[in-house]
Amino acid sequence: MAKKQVVELEEIAIRFTGDSGDGMQVTGGKFSESTMLAGNDLSTLPDYPAEIRAPAGTLAGVSGFQIHFASRNVHTPADQPDVLVAFNPAALKTNIADLRPGGTLIVNQDAFKKRALARAEYEESPLPGLRDRFNVVELPLTQLNRKALEGIDLGSRDIDRCKNFFVLGIMFWMYGRDLDPTQRWLRGRFRGEVREANLRALESGHAYGETTELLPTSYQVPAAKIPSGTYRNITGNAAFAWGIVAAGVQMDRQVFLGAYPITPASDILHEVARYGHFGIKTMQAEDEIAACSAAIGAAFAGSLAVTCTSGPGLALKQEAINLAVMAELPLVILDIQRGGPSTGMPTKVEQGDLPMALYGRNSDSPMPVLAASSPGDCFHTVFEAFRWAVKYMTPVVVLSDSYLANGTEPWLIPDIESLPRVSIPPLPEPESFQPYRRDPKTLARPWAVPGTPGLEHRIGGLSTEENTGNVSYDPDNNERMMHLRDQKVAGIVADIPPLEVVGNEQGELLVVGWGRTRGASTTAVEAARAEGLDVSRIHLRHINPFPPNLGEILGNFRRILVPEINLGHLTRLLRAEFLVPAEVMSKTQGKPFKVGEIRQRIDEILSSEDDS
Amino acid sequence: MATPAAQLTRKDFTSDQTVRWCPGCGDYSILANIQRVMPELGLSPEKVVFVSGIGCSSRFPYYMDTYGFHTIHGRAPAFATGIKASNPDLSVWVVTGDGDGLAIGGNHLLHIIRRNVDVNILLFNNRVYGLTKGQYSPTSRVGMKTKSTPLGSIDHPIDPLSFALGAAATFVARTVDVDAEHMQYVFRRAQEHRGTSFIEILQNCPVFNDKEWDELEDKKQRVDAGLRLQHGQPLVTGSEGRRRGIRIDSGVPAVIDLADGADISTADIAVHNENHHSPAYAFALASMERPNFPLPIGVFRAVESATYDGMLEQQMEQAMELRGAGDLRNLLHSGETWTVK
Repeated sequence: MAKKQVVELEEIAIRFTGDSGDGMQVTGGKFSESTMLAGNDLSTLPDYPAEIRAPAGTLAGVSGFQIHFASRNVHTPADQPDVLVAFNPAALKTNIADLRPGGTLIVNQDAFKKRALARAEYEESPLPGLRDRFNVVELPLTQLNRKALEGIDLGSRDIDRCKNFFVLGIMFWMYGRDLDPTQRWLRGRFRGEVREANLRALESGHAYGETTELLPTSYQVPAAKIPSGTYRNITGNAAFAWGIVAAGVQMDRQVFLGAYPITPASDILHEVARYGHFGIKTMQAEDEIAACSAAIGAAFAGSLAVTCTSGPGLALKQEAINLAVMAELPLVILDIQRGGPSTGMPTKVEQGDLPMALYGRNSDSPMPVLAASSPGDCFHTVFEAFRWAVKYMTPVVVLSDSYLANGTEPWLIPDIESLPRVSIPPLPEPESFQPYRRDPKTLARPWAVPGTPGLEHRIGGLSTEENTGNVSYDPDNNERMMHLRDQKVAGIVADIPPLEVVGNEQGELLVVGWGRTRGASTTAVEAARAEGLDVSRIHLRHINPFPPNLGEILGNFRRILVPEINLGHLTRLLRAEFLVPAEVMSKTQGKPFKVGEIRQRIDEILSSEDDS
Repeated sequence: MATPAAQLTRKDFTSDQTVRWCPGCGDYSILANIQRVMPELGLSPEKVVFVSGIGCSSRFPYYMDTYGFHTIHGRAPAFATGIKASNPDLSVWVVTGDGDGLAIGGNHLLHIIRRNVDVNILLFNNRVYGLTKGQYSPTSRVGMKTKSTPLGSIDHPIDPLSFALGAAATFVARTVDVDAEHMQYVFRRAQEHRGTSFIEILQNCPVFNDKEWDELEDKKQRVDAGLRLQHGQPLVTGSEGRRRGIRIDSGVPAVIDLADGADISTADIAVHNENHHSPAYAFALASMERPNFPLPIGVFRAVESATYDGMLEQQMEQAMELRGAGDLRNLLHSGETWTVK
């Protein structure tokens, strides 16, 4: 056997694609796990169809998983994969346009037969035409896998289903990854012949990589220099779930989650439902309205209440949320935004709900809004939302998106001691108790919970009298209460640290990010600055209220660019609020921004400045 | 300090707010009888929560010196579920109407009943929308002329008790706004019952649908128009010379004339049993409508079944037993982790 070459790389992006029944999400997930254990920084992007099982082999049924890993910091799943693994012609057809020119294409040549080609709407095999542009590696994966699993007592269908692990084995060899974590996982997950088959497929794939002449090179991506500590892999939805658990522990209160299944938020319910032993109660309600209403009921009764949903569900919850604004009860609403309007693209990404979160309720109904910016950040953001909710007695919405929800990143596990312990303000004596008597500093009313003797009171959605909380139609009182609610939410700014500008404090161009645009903006601005361009960057987690120095920062730049996955929601808000010439960089394809797209826009803006 | 429950009186459950229903509204009497019965139930005010939606009936919580939550239209059952699930020690009462409960809130009413959440639901049925000034409701009769149905309603009405029984309600009763004694009896029974207690209260709206229940409210007429249900007693009603009994054959009720002094046993008159496991018997009673039948008043059904809030607590305890009290550090470090030095 000829000695194989080992090439060291700084970074690489791989995309696994196949039919939704081919196990691409598992393959990508297991590859990520081993990559993290190898010490690389990484970012992933799962991309799967809304249909549970679209007809096999069709373009609609293609599922993909992209992973970007490096020996330096990684902020995005990468614009273009360097390696595309395509299990069938449909996967090739829907993904080949993204592959970097000169990149490696690994295909299962057994799948490029007449019928499969027809299902992918190919008249003939596209492979010959691709050989000049890419490094095409054609492997008879189905045959190799069948041969490896000879003697295993399973039907040919089940045997063929193991081929994703055969491919994973090859990829593990190619990038010097350890088989061990996946082997352990397979042993825990499967039994009998199925376990044996998957394990053997994985190991055979690895051995095949080592020996085949078709793959002359393997690669090494050294470990990244990342801050010391203990890390784990986490998705945004899991981080939300754990943040909810952490809030309950740190505030020493029972948690109640009311939810109704909706893509892409359901996993939060699934995850939180596992933590009954933390005293957490979950309820799958009859609809979005009931899920939110039950949570508000639980908040009234003293629980840390939370509901999770996506855009269409948030629309349904708004009347109940407005009651929580009026009744001034603590509630956290997690909105995992998805492609819209209407049912839209349920599994695709959009930042479409900011105006709805801010303004989607009748009358002036101020509500704090936070936006998480990475999977791990979801943990800290939901924790902050709970702190605000109980300190200020208000519903708080946290915006995430489908890309954060399912994307993973290595996450530095926080030290429990470093999490703030939040004490809930003590209740007044019955003699001095009034349900709407406000704390002079926070303007919060007391959270008097049913079961407490002497504090019996009534709340509701009708206009309430200051202090007493009695129903009142007094015009001056109504106006006063309107302003008090507004001031209360605006006053949360006291808890928001000043924003730090990455780059120059003033200059030509400022890129303003929110939510998951963080990764692409960071990389694009870093690269532009490395070339000496006058561009700086800020990122907003706090959208209502804004950080205290936002207006000042915006005023220090000639141009302001806001990349967002909508037609300009934050942009319009910044213009209205600060009278600055913010300009939107919009994208609504159900896909996140590419670094290159933002970089190009920065170049365009700065070169037009040069001309003027 | 809270007064011990045993020494409480009606006053301890009466808030300082002026009651603002129309003069002559049936709601006054319902409120008074709830306030009267509360001290007898052994509940102290801080343990009681009244939850309502929107409509005339839904102002109820403001008048009770307990905890109260006047919520949004139709959703009171969902709020109540959250309250009870959060703290099962509370006595939770939902006050709703035929519009709030059966039109906009039909979905939530269905689900709180099927879950058997341990709450008491009072549905004030006046067969009309009062607060929005007189439109027909889901319980209005076909042909009812209102502002929104000038040619008469063409909606087939729903019977609240049939609805509740269809969701397998474990406690179902009907009472009348003018009958203090009977109302108090039914409220006591509802509080004793573990699980959802569903009570329809026939309630008069003197402004938009006056005398809708006249024959059941009027002391003379109600002897013949109503049928008082008593557990273990035959289904017999009527004044001297107009006695009638109910026979139920294959789930279908029929009126049997007993005026000539016919023997109840030979006439095969049904004997009331609240505890039938199947809701079919109670459903047969609920299908008895005026004017073809005397209208049954009383407890239709009272059966034991596990409650949602009880099972939720049980699951929490089981999870604790099985896995030990949750430990946040262990959770965050569960599964694959790695340490960077």
